[in-house]
Amino acid sequence: MNPVVRTVLQRLGLGIATLFVVSIIISMTIAMLPGDFASSILGQSATPETVAAFQREVGLDRSPVSRYIDWIGGIAHGDFGESYASAGSLAGHRREVAEMIEPRLLNTLFLAGAAALIAVPLALILGVLAALYRNTLFDRVVNIVTLSSISSPEFFLAYILIMFLAVKFPIFVSLANVSPDMSLLDKLYAIALPTFTLVLVILAHMMRMTRAAIINLLASPYIEMGRLKGARPMQIILRHALPNAWAPIANVIAINLAYLVVGVVVVEVVFTYPGIGQLMVDAVSKRDLPVVQGCALVFAATYILLNLLADIVTIISNPRLLHPR
Amino acid sequence: MTESAHSPETAVMPAARPSGGRRTRGERIWRALRKAPPSAWFGIVVIGIYLVVAIFAHWIAPYSETALVGGAYEPWGEQFLLGTDQLGRDMLSRLIYGARNTVGIAFVTTLLSFAVGGVLGLIAAVSGGWIDQVLGRMIDVLMAIPQLIFALVLLSILGSSVVNLILIIALLDSTRVFRLSRSVSQGVVVMDYVEAARLRGEKLPWIMGREILPNIMPPLVAEFGLRFCFVFLTIAALSFLGLGIQPPTADWGSMVRDNAALITYGDITPLLPAGAIALLTVSVNFVVDWFLHKASGLRE
Repeated sequence: MNPVVRTVLQRLGLGIATLFVVSIIISMTIAMLPGDFASSILGQSATPETVAAFQREVGLDRSPVSRYIDWIGGIAHGDFGESYASAGSLAGHRREVAEMIEPRLLNTLFLAGAAALIAVPLALILGVLAALYRNTLFDRVVNIVTLSSISSPEFFLAYILIMFLAVKFPIFVSLANVSPDMSLLDKLYAIALPTFTLVLVILAHMMRMTRAAIINLLASPYIEMGRLKGARPMQIILRHALPNAWAPIANVIAINLAYLVVGVVVVEVVFTYPGIGQLMVDAVSKRDLPVVQGCALVFAATYILLNLLADIVTIISNPRLLHPR
Repeated sequence: MTESAHSPETAVMPAARPSGGRRTRGERIWRALRKAPPSAWFGIVVIGIYLVVAIFAHWIAPYSETALVGGAYEPWGEQFLLGTDQLGRDMLSRLIYGARNTVGIAFVTTLLSFAVGGVLGLIAAVSGGWIDQVLGRMIDVLMAIPQLIFALVLLSILGSSVVNLILIIALLDSTRVFRLSRSVSQGVVVMDYVEAARLRGEKLPWIMGREILPNIMPPLVAEFGLRFCFVFLTIAALSFLGLGIQPPTADWGSMVRDNAALITYGDITPLLPAGAIALLTVSVNFVVDWFLHKASGLRE
């Protein structure tokens, strides 16, 4: 078999196995629940009968294995269980976790996608420019700005943007409210500030890695050859260095997109954007475990998938594997 | 290997070494500091100021961190230099106490994560075999879950308290420390002097502590700075989300959250605690950058 195909298949298998183990961990964490959990959810006045009924409903009275099989089996059918906020209530309508997650996941993917579409090309351009004009004032300014934006908490960047672009100069809105019946343009306008924040968060790392990957290659003999031929610096970087730098760059892009999925949590809360991150934070403070577990599984799956993608891109773009001797 | 072989200027400055022998540790540190770039100096000075403020918070702060001393959201002025927060507590005092609480908790967490991850990494590298395999696979799986998400799951189950926060973040972060400490010690484990110690019949703790640890210190110290920044930002993010350090403890992350409403009126007060977080992480990064540069330079 072609070594590339074999390695990619190995990685895929490993990724699926990881996802399986991660789902077990997420499900097992329930076993660490403190004993007074049911009464803290139902309130101090809950009678022992209500507590017992609640525990039966939640599945705390069953063995962890059968609980896990039920849970994962349900998820395979798209059923993430029911929110605790509705469990225990006798009549009332029940809220399916899957119903709660789905629209919010789409919103989050929309926001993250918009951020990625801006950040990735911008990072490449800035990285190439910084490599081209390395050790100049431009390079140093970009270096300090990116280092500071890496080191700042997301909410700091977000509030600075709100301060300047929504309060002092009211160009954008600080509340990113989107609803399904808005037009695409209105939606994009509403998410402008959270998108900028996310772009700042991931841009710096990608840009620095692009710069480093290119500068790393500039000492190679074939670059010197190009220089001796009299090629212009821009041409050397674009034609000779960049093609060989794709592997590390693609890798860092995929890793940053994976990071984006997590960074979105804080940003969604700042801008009260109706995404899955905010859903999860709300569920954590209410200790609504089925929702927390569902969100965690979705986040973990996306994260693992993107990291897997990073691995595969690195393998595929490695010429030594593509052309085996 | 003496230092004079590297620096020609020592020949013209014999007075700097009264004893005539090797420089003392203090002298060597001072010489390294003098040559440090401005960014590193900036970082060191800022970290120093934070330390002083954190340690002497009790004497510096004009008010107590929890006392209600005025009306809510009072503007900057004579009595309250930076105004008051949403409950009428002095903002400046809370900022000062926040240095102690937020930085202190992040520091303890990082120490714990290094104790756990560092020791496990050393054990994995020294013993090898199935211990190494089992630990490695376990850590791989833990690292496959995004840290913030995992922390959220654990916090929802255990509830948010400072102790839970420290334990959870330290556990999750120790996976990264494990990776580093294992990989750098693997390079040292194969050295002859480790083999010699083994043949002498030294016990595992002695080999780990006396033979390997001193040789892997530089990368671990640099990593400590970076991990501290990461832990610090994670805890700040969790507190900002309302799931980390709980009120009434003064903490920078939750201070931003509680006073965020002021921003819509163009008041920059809520940005101060966020800026304090950013300034410290930038400073630590500057110092670590310089340290890594020095450490790699010395190895050549």
